[in-house]
Amino acid sequence: MGPNDSTVTIYVMGKRYEVPADLAIMKAMEYVGYQFVRGCGCRAAFCGACATLYRKKGSYKLQVALACQKIVEDGMYIATIPFAPSDKRIYELDKIRPSQNILLEYYPEIARCLSCNTCTKACPQDLQVMDYVQAALRGDLKEVATLSFDCIACGLCAVRCPAEIVPYDVAQLARRLYAKYLAQTSEHLVKRLGELKEGRFDEEIQRLKGLSREDLTKIYEKREIRV
Amino acid sequence: MSYPEYMRESMELVEKTRDTRLAKEYPRMTLDEREKVLIHFHPDYKEGTKRPLKIGPNKGDLMPHEVVDILEAHPLVKPEDIDLSDIYYDVDVLIIGSGGAGLSTALLAMEHGIEREKILLVTKLRLGDSNSKMSQGGIQAADGPDDSPVIHFLDIMGGGHFTNDPDLVEILVKDAPDVIRWHEELGVIYDKNPDGSMVLDSGGDTSRRRMHSCKDYTGLEILRVLMDEFRNREIPFAEFTSAVELIMDDKGAVAGSVLYNMETGEYYVARAKATVLATGGYGRLHIQGFETTNHYGATGDGIALAYHVGAKMRDLDATQYHPTGAAYPEQVVGLLCTEKLRTYGAQPVNKDGDLFVHPLEPRDVESAAFIRECYGRDKGVTTPTGMRGVWLDTPLIEIKQGEGTIERRFAAMLRQFNRFGIDIRKEPILVFPTLHYQNGGAAINVRCETSVPGLFAAGEVSGGVQGKNRLMGNSQLELYVFGRRASRYAAEYAKKASLGKLTLDHILRYEHWLEEAGVETDRRAPILLPEYRGERVLTHRIRLF
Repeated sequence: MGPNDSTVTIYVMGKRYEVPADLAIMKAMEYVGYQFVRGCGCRAAFCGACATLYRKKGSYKLQVALACQKIVEDGMYIATIPFAPSDKRIYELDKIRPSQNILLEYYPEIARCLSCNTCTKACPQDLQVMDYVQAALRGDLKEVATLSFDCIACGLCAVRCPAEIVPYDVAQLARRLYAKYLAQTSEHLVKRLGELKEGRFDEEIQRLKGLSREDLTKIYEKREIRV
Repeated sequence: MSYPEYMRESMELVEKTRDTRLAKEYPRMTLDEREKVLIHFHPDYKEGTKRPLKIGPNKGDLMPHEVVDILEAHPLVKPEDIDLSDIYYDVDVLIIGSGGAGLSTALLAMEHGIEREKILLVTKLRLGDSNSKMSQGGIQAADGPDDSPVIHFLDIMGGGHFTNDPDLVEILVKDAPDVIRWHEELGVIYDKNPDGSMVLDSGGDTSRRRMHSCKDYTGLEILRVLMDEFRNREIPFAEFTSAVELIMDDKGAVAGSVLYNMETGEYYVARAKATVLATGGYGRLHIQGFETTNHYGATGDGIALAYHVGAKMRDLDATQYHPTGAAYPEQVVGLLCTEKLRTYGAQPVNKDGDLFVHPLEPRDVESAAFIRECYGRDKGVTTPTGMRGVWLDTPLIEIKQGEGTIERRFAAMLRQFNRFGIDIRKEPILVFPTLHYQNGGAAINVRCETSVPGLFAAGEVSGGVQGKNRLMGNSQLELYVFGRRASRYAAEYAKKASLGKLTLDHILRYEHWLEEAGVETDRRAPILLPEYRGERVLTHRIRLF
């Protein structure tokens, strides 16, 4: 612990600081004087901007976290990884099809997967990353879409993968193909689009727009709530 | 971590009353009751929190101090520091911001006849960094069989207390189903029922189920698809590049922007025939000291830039506080707990275990009712840091909708609280209103034109669509409806525009306005980044090299 119970000692890129014990890594770094340009985004675990690696004193384990979510611990050596290089492939979604080997075609490196599970261990969202890379190898787009859905593309799996795969780029292609070609059509949406094209609602909306605020309020108050 | 011992007594009351509350329907407020609770408890109505703006086209309008502070501030850029003859980017359409609106504008620009190399998108942080990406609950579109754009129109107007621009609302509701179609064609995975129909949910004060969602990662799913498509089309863009001032020409039109590399400090002159502001809102101004759900970059840059060139604003007096910001644990205070938790049956409950308001009033009314419960009736629960909150009884969701619903529909929420040892399937969460949305902004017409030629706006930075109070799911929708329109009209405009001589004289005019109004300040805007550094650092910083 630091000088008193309410502080801990952390090492930001190796440099020692005392910080309040209840802060997340991101706020602790701000507390000691960092103003982020890189490595800070939504601050709520939705954007993946603040991927972070750390080791604790006395442990060989290299651990992962989102800086906005992980509370500092005494003796933490922190390195932020705000950018992970990736060679995202270019494709025209209209011109490709969800064939069984389409993912392999665009990302042949997935065949290099060693099934070592490092990616899964590196995921701060606790996703089964290796399982979806394996599903990608089998060409199971739906499984890739389901298992990868909560991915925030923070980059940690990609920087840890010994086979140099960027799992979330593969998953992005899989999800888009699934949505466009395999998900069922919503008939009610198609029907409504047709009605809109015919101008079905124009007259009624014009009528509402022409009403005084008083009259519109009356209609609003009387509207039926069907939820 | 879970909850401190002293909260247990209140939590037991929540548990004890759960069964009786289960079947209970709390009556909705009448319009009179709504008005009363708003006037007495909504932060917008609190005395001493606003002042009239002293300068520019909105002179005399009441706005929160924090907003006036960035408008009554010296422009960041000094004209003498910028060489306007050194044009680094020369484009037809310049898009500022890369959230849902900016990306939509960029994606359609080529279809509207702008050459790829004549488009430039700049963004202050990473591509896609935005509030858009953080949207959890969903996006509205009246495509359900028992719904119609007419009913959607009525809901929005009523929710906004009839202050919205009806022409903009008409476009919003009529374009909505086509936005969903567009998303699906691009490869967005919407939640569907086994028969292929959309999962449709209600939201606060909506009279039909019309919320479309992608679990509780709706914004993330839509944005990552748009980003992927944007990269596929290889549209020119610059990350970590802020617009720090607009450029005008000598004919009075906006003609591009002074850009600033956030990492190296280099500036670039971007000349553009049409400029689209898609910079988002101002949550990080922390109006009245409120915590916020907003992205780090939401510092209201767009309204400052637009006001410098004299663009008219509207509805900036109205700020949206989301009823359910997290109030515990301290590490997540202010972060969003999606409204959809209430849609699925979670009830707001006070410290005695009593339901005290209908769970789905309009956001401003619901927030005011929470504040009344905590501060008007002293029925809130106080956290270890002294904050007050009310319970949101999330275990009801599993009881009402079946076990597994939370994991299936609220993966983000479940994960968020699990990190701090709270299982929202079994324990309620503590919530209090949090600063969520900039209702107003730069006034636009149906062509997304601001009051200044050459300057377009779409999304949260614009005003009029949502009036003085937005309903859930209509901001996601607004991004794509108006982002796409901005693209069409900016492209049309750009094809006809011929630019005059570039100038930054409007900065001098702004300085003159400030001087004339007697504004003496060292504030500068846009502010670009919020200030969260520790006090010790801020009082001991020196700049040596």
